[in-house]
Amino acid sequence: MNNKMKLEFLSLSENERFARCSVSAFASQLNPTLDELEDIKAAVSEAVTNAIIHAYAGTIGTVCVACTLSEQTIEIKISDQGCGIEDISLARTPLYTGSTDSERSGLGFTVMETFMDEISVESTLNSGTTVTMIKKINSASPSGL
Amino acid sequence: MKVSLKLKNNVLIASLSGELDHHSAKKVKDIVEDAIKNKGATSLIFDFSGLSFMDSSGIGVVVGRYKLISSLGGKVSICGASPSVNRILTVSGIKKIIPVYEDTEKALTNLLEGIY
Repeated sequence: MNNKMKLEFLSLSENERFARCSVSAFASQLNPTLDELEDIKAAVSEAVTNAIIHAYAGTIGTVCVACTLSEQTIEIKISDQGCGIEDISLARTPLYTGSTDSERSGLGFTVMETFMDEISVESTLNSGTTVTMIKKINSASPSGL
Repeated sequence: MKVSLKLKNNVLIASLSGELDHHSAKKVKDIVEDAIKNKGATSLIFDFSGLSFMDSSGIGVVVGRYKLISSLGGKVSICGASPSVNRILTVSGIKKIIPVYEDTEKALTNLLEGIY
């Protein structure tokens, strides 16, 4: 199975559900288990929430979600043109949050790292951030059956 | 997101149904905090049996209320988590401070008997 899709939407919190459900529906072409789909939904939700809360921080911008299915693997790229991350390793530290909102747990990257097989973050200050996540779908059969 | 509230012996049981993410988190926070203040609850049970999705925003909601309830001298517990919600709870490390039970009856019994 080789396929790709791309979504663009405004950085509104209503779109967090839209993004994770859309990616989940697309990923289902690889015949994943329910657990694998839940992993993908959680990871997408975290990355999109980061774009909304941190990258655009109260302003409205565009979030792009691009997915590529290749054999038994899904690659998900979530990008924004927001403020960028000054210190990526600090941002990825469990329980660290750059938000002043005390409701933020600082676990977004931890969830992405735990539920996906690979994650990389590229960011340029005042230009934007791209989070790339890869997950191998173990249950997928080559024929897609 | 729907939040149903019940009060039993000063224990507020907040039953959530729907998806708990950053979008719905503020609504849950506001409803639960209002109920704690207005109903005079000193302890809190989050019933997650109706949750079909949760991400780390849900952890923020629980930890925030844990701080409030602890300041009132009460206890917080969680029950009814689905396998996927349970995995978020495990990854977060929240189970080290907040006990997780099968259902509201077990959570309530343990809370009222003070068994952790």
